[in-house]
Amino acid sequence: MNQSVKQPNRLGEGGRIDRARTLSFTFNGKRYTGHAGDTLASALLANGVDIVNRSFKYSRPRGIVAAGPEEPNALVQLGSTEAAQVPNVRATQQALFDGLTAQSTNGWPNVQRDVMGLVGKLGGRFMPPGFYYKTFMAPASMWMTYEKVIRMGAGLGRSPMVPDPDVYDHLNQHCDLLVVGAGPAGLAAALTAARSGARVILCDEQEEMGGSLLDSRERLNNQPAAQWAEQVLAELAECDNVTLLARTTANGYHDHHFVTLHERRTEHLGETAPVVDGYCPSRSRMHRVRAGQVLLATGAHERPLVYAGNDVPGNLVAGAVSTYIRRYGVVPGTKLVLSTSNDHAYRVALDWHDLGKASGREVVAIVDARQAPDGELVEQARARGIRIITGSAVLEAKGDKRVSGARVATIDAEAFKVTGQAETLACDTIASSGGYSPVIHLASHTGARPTWSDEVLGFVPGLVKGVHAAGSARGIHDLAEGLADGVAMAARALEALGRTAGSIELPQVDALREGAACALYQVPHEKQTLRAPKQFVDLQNDVTAAAIELATREGFESIEHVKRYTAMGFGTDQGKLGNINGMAIAARCLNKTIPEVGTTVFRPNYTPVTFGAIAGRHCRELFDPERYTALHQWHVEQGAEFEDVGQWKRPWYFPQVRAEAANGERESMAEAVARECLAVREKVGILDASTLGKIDIQGPDAREFLNRIYTNKWAKLEVGRARYGLMCRDDGMLMDDGTTSCLGENHFLMTTTTGGAAGVMEWLELWHQTEWPELQVYFTSVTDHWATMTVTGPEARKLLAEITDIDLDRERFKFMDWREGKVADVPARVFRISFTGELAYEINVQANYARHVWKTLFEHGDKYGLTPYGTETMHVLRAEKGFIIVGQDSDGSVTPEDLGMQWAVGYDKPYSWVGKRALSRSDTRRTERKQLVGLKPKDPKVVLEEGAQIVFDPDHAIPMPMVGHVTSSYYSPTLESGFALAVVKGGHRRMGEIVYLPSADGKTHAAEIVGPIFYDSKGERQHV
Amino acid sequence: MFHIYCPYCEELREEEEFHPKGQAHIARPTDPDTCSDEAWGDYLFFRDNPRGIHHELWVHAVGCRKFFNITRNTVSYEILETYKIGEEPRFTAEHPAGKPTEQAAAEAEAVARQEGVKA
Repeated sequence: MNQSVKQPNRLGEGGRIDRARTLSFTFNGKRYTGHAGDTLASALLANGVDIVNRSFKYSRPRGIVAAGPEEPNALVQLGSTEAAQVPNVRATQQALFDGLTAQSTNGWPNVQRDVMGLVGKLGGRFMPPGFYYKTFMAPASMWMTYEKVIRMGAGLGRSPMVPDPDVYDHLNQHCDLLVVGAGPAGLAAALTAARSGARVILCDEQEEMGGSLLDSRERLNNQPAAQWAEQVLAELAECDNVTLLARTTANGYHDHHFVTLHERRTEHLGETAPVVDGYCPSRSRMHRVRAGQVLLATGAHERPLVYAGNDVPGNLVAGAVSTYIRRYGVVPGTKLVLSTSNDHAYRVALDWHDLGKASGREVVAIVDARQAPDGELVEQARARGIRIITGSAVLEAKGDKRVSGARVATIDAEAFKVTGQAETLACDTIASSGGYSPVIHLASHTGARPTWSDEVLGFVPGLVKGVHAAGSARGIHDLAEGLADGVAMAARALEALGRTAGSIELPQVDALREGAACALYQVPHEKQTLRAPKQFVDLQNDVTAAAIELATREGFESIEHVKRYTAMGFGTDQGKLGNINGMAIAARCLNKTIPEVGTTVFRPNYTPVTFGAIAGRHCRELFDPERYTALHQWHVEQGAEFEDVGQWKRPWYFPQVRAEAANGERESMAEAVARECLAVREKVGILDASTLGKIDIQGPDAREFLNRIYTNKWAKLEVGRARYGLMCRDDGMLMDDGTTSCLGENHFLMTTTTGGAAGVMEWLELWHQTEWPELQVYFTSVTDHWATMTVTGPEARKLLAEITDIDLDRERFKFMDWREGKVADVPARVFRISFTGELAYEINVQANYARHVWKTLFEHGDKYGLTPYGTETMHVLRAEKGFIIVGQDSDGSVTPEDLGMQWAVGYDKPYSWVGKRALSRSDTRRTERKQLVGLKPKDPKVVLEEGAQIVFDPDHAIPMPMVGHVTSSYYSPTLESGFALAVVKGGHRRMGEIVYLPSADGKTHAAEIVGPIFYDSKGERQHV
Repeated sequence: MFHIYCPYCEELREEEEFHPKGQAHIARPTDPDTCSDEAWGDYLFFRDNPRGIHHELWVHAVGCRKFFNITRNTVSYEILETYKIGEEPRFTAEHPAGKPTEQAAAEAEAVARQEGVKA
């Protein structure tokens, strides 16, 4: 079949595509064909697709403008299935593959006929910056409704609604020199460094390495430039010290030369990663590169000129036209008008002209803003008989869905005036060039401010130590100079690394004399900017020259404010195409120079990165580590429900199958907890307490250390005894609690809260290492080494006695004693510590014996009614006893005194322990501090809400003074009533007073302030 | 992400291994009980926020668990040095280019002596 029929804009020959391999793809539901080597953009242009999107705000038809990451319009949604959806892909960066399915990101109901387009056409003038906020501001409650409708008309793509089938990797990399960009400067630099023996990573964001060499008219060593690139790449590929990363974008430059590279490994092969050699590769990789030195050879982005109608499809950035012709064999039109401020862009006219009359292509005119251009490229154009109109510019593009003509006139750029009569040239394509902006994004990420160069007519990157820029990235656009600069800058980087640059013979380039460019950003129009047809600065965000002018008139003088008010440089664009033009317009309106206006700050990422690559393998079960106790499998087998405590999975409660239920229905949480609570109070229960933090403390000064770090006294704790301790920060606020046992004269075992273990460990080290290095004491975390099983309840002793050789006599093994011996024939430490208020033994065994001991307990426990219980029951039981949980009943603003725990404070200890001094600050002495109390709801059926606010007077006018809140609240099956712990202002002296808790459902509950101990207030049961 | 040289491990490691612990060289008053409320409040709550050279306390939390100090430029984020607890920083606000080392001081003294001889 004749290709030219199927792809009307495809050339019969030339370019780097493979015409033998035809690929089919779907765009907005219509099938097209392209070739291997195409991007989606080049394939769309080959097929003559003019409109690829609708604009963000005005919904105007938009076509492809550029050929690289700076493309503002051709944003597409990829994916034929829900799982494969990828939003906001720039068609210019998406390699074509067979079966590719893409849709316009914007344009509802479709790009050809767009309802919102009416707004753009009729209402355009009435949609200044801030339009939506100004118009739809009131009433505030309606904004959510407005927003939904507005978003349907606007919006930028959508994320998939089902899990991503692909996997993504992170790779940590180290290198001596990272070279970003494999154009002429980058290749020369990488070769120089490679030959020095340095470890080099060379990355490039395009499908193929080579940058501008791939579509250059210039010849190197009298060969096509691309051939030289191929030779260099072949040599680099052979070097063991070089890593080549194509399709890899350096997106973020972080501290200390940490650069994140996003490598797209399979995006060119299919919409999800295909199976290769029997395995499925990761879709993309995030390389986390720590580089010794970094060389930025990121090139430059061409600036389009700002003129009326410059967004109509058929308006392109000049260099992109050359790229499409020379690299992809695609001519995006028939009759070209070039509007330029420089010699460089003349290449476009020459490329177009050289296609020959027979191809049906014609260069209508080159419109040059300069009075007397005289560079060699200008001469070449003249020699070909191309019409050159000097001192002029395209004022306005005519046309609706495609350019139909260009209005051209002489201008005075300095005075910002049209000086002559406009002439209309019939054409379908307008290429414009206002110069070249070095890509300074990565350098800006380091915090270095770029500086304006009048010579370059652009910002050149500011560079921190260890960063180098070469070639176009610092304004050196000439090919021969750029190659030499790559070598020189690589040599500089290598010198900093203490290496000598390898020798390299630069290819011979035919010197090309270029005339000076002139500064032209916005082209004047016969009408004032505010009245002229729209002149777009930022196509992606629909920011016009008029909008910027209006912003400056409304008082937005800082360029950062102009940016935020107009949205210039937002979105995926990030100021690649329009920023300099926008700044130049702001500068003109404010009567300042561009450097005076300054530039906005660029931040990572340079181009959008898929979340998958950012997450890598840190998703699903690897999102956050999960910690299991040695008994976890048993809990799972028993059908326990689990609760997350820090990273630990702890059994929450053990729902049993209802005895009366035939269908295997299980208990509710309330039923399970009630059953577990009563089992502990009446018989015996068992808790897996292995998650409690355990720190082994040894050394001759261990006891002294405890005296300083805990609020209470440790001088007289004997071997074989345990004590509850409170730990404060030096501001006097409680930070952790737990029991510590004396294992030997110089040996202690500290327990911490489950969530606080790591923090307490670091806290102990902090004080030891920075304040008291003279103390001889050593800390070892043994949390995972020991499994802890709490056997508690009136029958606990009888049960344990059956399987231990330890003497459990109540007089010889008292409350707060610990003993060593055997339990179920394995070595154990048994601590008589109670967090339930009942007789309790905490059995500690080596973690790998835990399951054996646990099962042995159950073998003997049946006759005593041994019942496993979880954290919820533990909470109810401890709260009935008024035992606090740090972090629940305290919150970092609570002192031991606020908790009424003066009994655990050693006021007369010789050393001024951590937190002591703060207890005599004026703030901690206030009588109106929030203090821990118990709350008894007037209605025993009520379980107050945790976090509920407390007031003294429910009839007080709103806002009511809030005097405290509920910290813990449960239903007690033992008391057959709801009960709560709370903090209340001056609560300790308010016993018996009634407080009120207005709740969200409109009800107000009354409760009586009581002591925090609801059960066995004398503490007799734990001593039996 | 910082690249931090642990003075105990004597290796450069990724920031992920470390925890920042605030300003360095905050000495606890030797006798807290006789310390005024104001002095105690300064110790507890008040920290410097300099533009430029700053001394910070860090811990190699998932490495050797040792605390040490970092001299860091808060503008450029450059780490000028790391040093052990009890050691003095070489780079300070007064000596942003580094205090003369003992060796350099000895050499300077030797030169001065030579010049003295010449004079």
